[in-house]
Amino acid sequence: MESDVLVVDDSAAIRKILQRVLRQTGMAIRTIHEAGDGQEALTLLGANRVDLVLTDINMPNMDGLQLLASLKGCAEWRDIPVVMITTEGGETKVAEAVKLGAAGYVRKPFTADQIKEKLAGILEPALPL
Amino acid sequence: MNLHQIIVDSVTESATNVFATMLGGELGPGTDSVTQEPPETTDGVVSFIGIAGTWIGTGSIICSSAMACAVCSQLLMTEASAVNEDVLDAVAELTNMIIGGVKTDLENRLGPLGLSIPTVVFGRNFRTRSVGSTEWIVVRFPWNGEELAVKVSLAPNDKAVHTIHHPHTQSCTVDV
Repeated sequence: MESDVLVVDDSAAIRKILQRVLRQTGMAIRTIHEAGDGQEALTLLGANRVDLVLTDINMPNMDGLQLLASLKGCAEWRDIPVVMITTEGGETKVAEAVKLGAAGYVRKPFTADQIKEKLAGILEPALPL
Repeated sequence: MNLHQIIVDSVTESATNVFATMLGGELGPGTDSVTQEPPETTDGVVSFIGIAGTWIGTGSIICSSAMACAVCSQLLMTEASAVNEDVLDAVAELTNMIIGGVKTDLENRLGPLGLSIPTVVFGRNFRTRSVGSTEWIVVRFPWNGEELAVKVSLAPNDKAVHTIHHPHTQSCTVDV
């Protein structure tokens, strides 16, 4: 089954890079939605089916940890896997994200292979043509 | 090792890693120096990120418009021949990743630090200035015939008590 992915980052550059990288992973992805912060992500989630969230941590309005907490605190969304993608290398934020229920963590700068590896157990591979 | 060398090493490792991972290219060897304000007049793109915590300061990246366009083309895989929104976004993210790497490295020695959201400035014949007496550590890297300058200004937050973490020993606390 094809999945719908939500990419949340205040950097338009990172959203574009992730769009490209996700299309290159060989995973069965139907739609990639984009949001510039956690608040925008929640609005998008309210109107669309999403099977995976990739989110930055440091963002204005609502950061990635607040978004993660909101998702895990909502019965409708708590089962959506959330992978954190961020420049934050501090153990505190990693530990907080894991404690809140993050499915994984990728540090910027990242390679396409690192993203693919992280998503391997979450999304299904695309069927061969 | 003194703080100057620690910052130079940290900038070099972070910038080299970001270019190798995200831009698929190698930066040339960096040359470091120390400058005082006011800086030289600039043509091109300048990006800033504020650093705050036990130490406070600014991280900055300076490059020509041509290099900014080349970075954008490599990073986003879209041709950029003039500075536009995509180019400014790409330089902002480049700054975020390079100074983010420096911040993560320095936190092990200086204690917790936070970063602001990057600000990017583009134009001709302009100057930038930080308030106060500022000393900048500058590392200049050659890349495809252009130059990337990474500048860091960092000073103890004199209102704070600093915890210095040594990787293989217990933490110690010092007043500065």
